[in-house]
Amino acid sequence: MRLLLSLAFALLLNACAGPQLRGTGDLGLIIERASGHVTLVNTTSRQPYARIGGLGDLSHASAVYSRDGRYAFIFGRDGGLTKIDLLEAKIVKRIIQSGNAIGGSISQDGRIVVAQNYTPGGIKAFDAETLELLSEVPAEFAPGQFSKVVGLADTAGNKFAYALFEGGEIWVSDFSNPKQPTTQRFTAGTQPYDGLVTPDGRHYMAGLFGEDGIALLDLWQTEKGSRKILENYGRGQEKLPVFKMPHLRGWSVAQGKAYLPAIGRHEVLVVDVATWKEVGRIPVRGQPVFVMARPDGRQIWVNFAFPDNGKVDVIDTLAGKVVHAFEPGKGILHMEFAPRGENVWLSARDDNKVLIYNTETFAKLGEILAESPSGIFFTSRAVRIGF
Amino acid sequence: MPSLSVSKSFLILFLVSSASLVGAESAFASEPDYARQKELVHLVRQDCGSCHGMTLKGGLGPALLPETLRDKPAEGLAATIYYGRPGTPMPPWKQFMSEAEAAWIVDKLMTEFPQ
Repeated sequence: MRLLLSLAFALLLNACAGPQLRGTGDLGLIIERASGHVTLVNTTSRQPYARIGGLGDLSHASAVYSRDGRYAFIFGRDGGLTKIDLLEAKIVKRIIQSGNAIGGSISQDGRIVVAQNYTPGGIKAFDAETLELLSEVPAEFAPGQFSKVVGLADTAGNKFAYALFEGGEIWVSDFSNPKQPTTQRFTAGTQPYDGLVTPDGRHYMAGLFGEDGIALLDLWQTEKGSRKILENYGRGQEKLPVFKMPHLRGWSVAQGKAYLPAIGRHEVLVVDVATWKEVGRIPVRGQPVFVMARPDGRQIWVNFAFPDNGKVDVIDTLAGKVVHAFEPGKGILHMEFAPRGENVWLSARDDNKVLIYNTETFAKLGEILAESPSGIFFTSRAVRIGF
Repeated sequence: MPSLSVSKSFLILFLVSSASLVGAESAFASEPDYARQKELVHLVRQDCGSCHGMTLKGGLGPALLPETLRDKPAEGLAATIYYGRPGTPMPPWKQFMSEAEAAWIVDKLMTEFPQ
């Protein structure tokens, strides 16, 4: 009788336990840039499961994840830093950390969240648990002169690499002692606009806007200094006007090559990452913004700057050319692959939808309504360097 | 010396702009129609917004709020939109709008930009 009673009690408790258990591995979020919302999604069911508001100005917002994939840290344009619990679907903590921010990153050990700021220019480190400010590194590249910070990326050993737009430098700050970071400085070139760390964490690259070329730093041998690769890739030709800055991240590296947007050209540059020499360029239908490899590296998906932002080109890395070109929607701002790459999610800002495609057949699998969607971030980023 | 060269290039920009935008005053007389205004507002908030911020508070590009633009000549600003600004990331937008429309955008930016 007692056994039966306790069994009934256990069942009752179970029934009251409320929300069903959920693993974090197939979760993610969609930034709704205009209304300060994020929609939480499941990449297996391909459905939203919650929506959270009150995140401020989310234009150009990005997110990084805690190592367990449970918490997202969202960096808003207005300097807001919001920590979200994907399991409880709620805001855990929100602070305004600067006047104008452009993104952020999380340390290798998951304990430090770093925001990169335009105003005041520099980076700030926060305790990932409490969002308490630990330290900051102002981007003062000359006495009294501060630079906007771009291209912040996490690297091994709780170090962060980033570039200074006005300063024309690459900085590497070591947060081994989170309250007293130390910084090394390297030459980059004119107007670095974004940067990336290769997926192995070894190299940092800063794309240059003010000149043709890319600055490269070997993080395993920083004593060798930075150098420039792909110099003069435009060979002095007149550049096309650039209506949107491209984005760089470690996703550009596939099959031993880096696929990089050419500034002011309708081309993707292909670089051998063993020699850092250009080995090809692939014509595409606009100025690339995101050049993203499917996780297995077989395909590279490319979206474009205004006015070609309704188009998407897919490069097959074996064939070395575009094999699929289509116009999925209006204002395609971002793409995110399912963790193992069978699907890709595209945000169509002006259609107020996120579109989901099969990457093998290119068939459309579904769509999710979202208000002015921009960035899409899945928890699979939690376990990758430089994401 | 740098202050001299800055003011010089600004003067040149100003001259170029006033020469090319003679029709600027008449531009306000021929306001774009409602549908076109909506397109221009969308263009400014979404596409200009990728550098200047959707709320126009600035990003990689400077803020485009009335208080930040107040002391700048409207003709020069319209020329910056139309012709771009060499040496900076600001591209020319002339393939997407007329000079009169650039002047209308400046007028709205300097007063209150529609949502």
